[in-house]
Amino acid sequence: MRDIRTEEMLLNMGPQHPSTHGVFRVVIRTDGEMVLETESHIGYLHRCFEKVAENVSYVQVVPYTDRMDYVCSMINNLGWAEAVEKLLGIEAPERAQYIRVMVAELNRIASHLLAFGTYGMDIGAVTPFLYAFRDREKILKIFEKLCGQRLNYTYVRVGGVSFDITDEILKDIEDFCNYFEPDIIDEYNRLLSYNGIFISRTANVGVIPRQMAIGYGLTGPNLRGSGVRRDLRKDEPYCIYDRFQFEIPAGSGEQGQTGDCWDRYMVRIREMTQSIMIVRQALKGIPSGLHLDKKLQLKVKPPKGEAYHKVEGARGELGFHIVSDGSEKPYRVKTRGPSFCNISVLDELTRTGKCMVADMVAIIGSLDIVMGEVDR
Amino acid sequence: MAEAEKSGAAGAAAGKAAAPKGPGALSRRIAKGKADAAKLFPILKEKFGAAILEEQPQVVEPFVVIDPEILVEFAAFCRDDARLQFDLLSLISTVDYPPKDAERGTIQVIYFLDSTAHRHRLMFKVKLPRDNPRVPSVENLWRAADWHEREAFDLMGVIFEGHHNLVRILCAEDWEGHALRKDYVIPETYHGIKNVIY
Amino acid sequence: MASIPLFLSAAFHSCWLAQAPALETSKSSPNGLEALLQRLVHSYPAEGTWWGAIAAMLIACLAVFAFLNLFALFAVWLERKVSAHMQCRLGPMEVGPHGVLQTIADGIKLTVKEDIIPRVADKVLFIVAPIIVFTGTFIRFAPLPFGDYLVASDLNLGLFYIAAVGSVEVLGVIMAGWSSNNKWSLFGTIRTATQMVSYEIPIGIAFVTVAVSAGTLSTMQIVEQQSGWFWHWFVFRNPFLMVLSIIYLIASLAECKRSPFDLPEAESELVSGFHTEYTGIRFALFFLSEYAAMYLVSGVAVVAFFGGWYLGIPVIDRIGAAPDSSALAFVIGLLIKAHVLIGKAVGLVFVQMWVRWTLPRVRLDQMMSLCLKVLLPISLACLVGSALWDLFMGSLASGKEYSMFFWLE
Repeated sequence: MRDIRTEEMLLNMGPQHPSTHGVFRVVIRTDGEMVLETESHIGYLHRCFEKVAENVSYVQVVPYTDRMDYVCSMINNLGWAEAVEKLLGIEAPERAQYIRVMVAELNRIASHLLAFGTYGMDIGAVTPFLYAFRDREKILKIFEKLCGQRLNYTYVRVGGVSFDITDEILKDIEDFCNYFEPDIIDEYNRLLSYNGIFISRTANVGVIPRQMAIGYGLTGPNLRGSGVRRDLRKDEPYCIYDRFQFEIPAGSGEQGQTGDCWDRYMVRIREMTQSIMIVRQALKGIPSGLHLDKKLQLKVKPPKGEAYHKVEGARGELGFHIVSDGSEKPYRVKTRGPSFCNISVLDELTRTGKCMVADMVAIIGSLDIVMGEVDR
Repeated sequence: MAEAEKSGAAGAAAGKAAAPKGPGALSRRIAKGKADAAKLFPILKEKFGAAILEEQPQVVEPFVVIDPEILVEFAAFCRDDARLQFDLLSLISTVDYPPKDAERGTIQVIYFLDSTAHRHRLMFKVKLPRDNPRVPSVENLWRAADWHEREAFDLMGVIFEGHHNLVRILCAEDWEGHALRKDYVIPETYHGIKNVIY
Repeated sequence: MASIPLFLSAAFHSCWLAQAPALETSKSSPNGLEALLQRLVHSYPAEGTWWGAIAAMLIACLAVFAFLNLFALFAVWLERKVSAHMQCRLGPMEVGPHGVLQTIADGIKLTVKEDIIPRVADKVLFIVAPIIVFTGTFIRFAPLPFGDYLVASDLNLGLFYIAAVGSVEVLGVIMAGWSSNNKWSLFGTIRTATQMVSYEIPIGIAFVTVAVSAGTLSTMQIVEQQSGWFWHWFVFRNPFLMVLSIIYLIASLAECKRSPFDLPEAESELVSGFHTEYTGIRFALFFLSEYAAMYLVSGVAVVAFFGGWYLGIPVIDRIGAAPDSSALAFVIGLLIKAHVLIGKAVGLVFVQMWVRWTLPRVRLDQMMSLCLKVLLPISLACLVGSALWDLFMGSLASGKEYSMFFWLE
């Protein structure tokens, strides 16, 4: 009689899998349901953004930045525009700054809504996903009215924004703020955040201690979920964020340990409230005037030099390192995609020996990656 | 932190009244970078002396150029010294300068560091010969360096000595050449798939 | 397409098997379909005639099979509408008014879809598995009443039979997952086997407790004991049975792999679980058996805890019940009772859908610890408590009524 023995199994999760949020592939070595080790493979969505950017002009790069983090393109546009403005040594007009802040924060909300919805779906609750899409739709409608696009806006340009905002759209934004906060966020909390099963699935799962989070270069909600209150909008204000009053939510281990999946999830929910606060303040303060420096649309020719500019995207610090040789095309562009750093912690998190296959899904979802940005 | 919040509150009050005059956020950020440089560069200079080959505290993005020999020591000092505490490696960037360029055939590896405690930042470069770019790995200091170094290897061909798993990360494992080199020629076929160039 | 006749013949064979014990019992307890036919059709032979039993059997097979398919059509539509309205959308609206014919269209689509068998699959097991899963569910309907007299076979082992035959489905699921030769399917299979076998224990204990209280395992007789006002239902009989009814409802969710226990087919983890590789009509069979199982567990809950075909209001329940009532009154009473039972069961099916579209999914270890650390001890305690209650409180309630609301009378 042969010995009965168990074998380890290699499991390919992705590149086609419903919970890898794109074409992300993880090779999992499992012992039954227990995950022993994982190995992440990325690059399935590599579109050579950096190489392309070397061959087009500064203005033409903007649409390519849309396609990096395609659920929060406004902030990508903003990061690129400001990096180029930094090289040029100019500032966008006052009105454009207010519009930029508003669209960036609305886009942050839209992005967090998507994260909220898909995370619910990862954990097995389908209904929050459609609630989130119901509300995300309202933001997309506003953006559609503003620039004609629903996903890849190419709205924030070097030297301003492409279209001026009208009073009607300002009214829409105000209506959305009043609709969304506090009622809808409370609804989300009742529906998912404080649901017992949801908490049991996410609390104490995928704990990222403070040191590990910083060491892996995590930023954004993932870093703040580990209790580090770092937010570029406060720490190194860009645009006009220093004029607004808001708080930086951080994980505190409310339901488990600090830095678990629930903390990261909850930071996003709380950030939506703060973003609404910023939008409300910007609505009050928006001045009249120019929205775009029109000269810059024809020719952007920064002096020789280099600049590294970071903005706080929905997923973390989005940085553009631009090297200019004085011509109309960038000599070299290097992007810091926050998701790229965020997902690199996955292999470490699953090596604890206590991670199950279902936890893999919870962890990947809580890191909230967008593969367009990881692979660029 | 508290200061930032206070200034934020004051700014909000001002924003309601009228647009404040004065330098915008970008120029303030540039000024902050220069102030950081003025504060940090002497510390580095004092510690490493001649190994710091070049310092540029007055450009848009102040930086120092260091000798590749001392890279690990320098990085460890940046991370551990109480005055610096650069605990967050933001990015490792690479720039290729072909021989005809002013930089005369070097590949620069550029490190961007952030400090979550002091909230200052630092950019430093190493310049490597283009035909054999080798530099020690810093993945033991910052885990974030692991993937950044793999990407730099993949796209620029910089070899990070001591890296535990220096394989391609974005391109396929059997890809030839390093795509972000300036003299990179786009292959005509890949496994029989014709490359259509528009 | 070729699998349809195969599946039909398998379904009927299994029904014959299910009826085999009925041949024995129908002599002693003429309470089922045969009794109904005797009452309504004057030329129908007296009990014990072999061809009378066979005719009843055939009618029962066809009727249950038809009901099951119709119910699945309705339930799939209901599930889509319920989920849609819970999620601020409309759901199917195109085919028929409010999309009522959508499921038929989908069913036709499924039957004409390409039937794919993976090259590396174990072909025999792969083909047989959905049939076994479906028949495993189908034969459990044998002792389940749809109303007074309306039962395929009034087994004296009714509840036990339902619990025991449920394991056949697990076998089919294991075959499906294993033969697909897909690691994700295998994961789903192992999870299914673990889950269904574990949750049979609390369900079994709930059945035993009901049997202890009722003094019988026959589904018809259990319902008969719950006549009268609605506080005679077993769920109100004593506090322990009330707890057990909740435990049964939770465990039955796991038994039919519904959320929050839908780990076997967790689409965000395992893509689709054990039926990942199935297409077309074979997939439809899994789908059909899932919805059939939903009705089954709800129907059993109604029979065992919620008064079966009794509405709980004696005036209505007595229509046509007297032995000398006219045939019209009898038929009207029969229809009311059937509607009451099926209505209650559909109500519980709705609760299952409601839960599914509200709650997230639990993890495997949480699912197991809920079963073995929470449901099992509580249900065991309830078994003992219920038995003691009947022993001591029964005398307090002065006579045959054991309800804890006896003082209402």
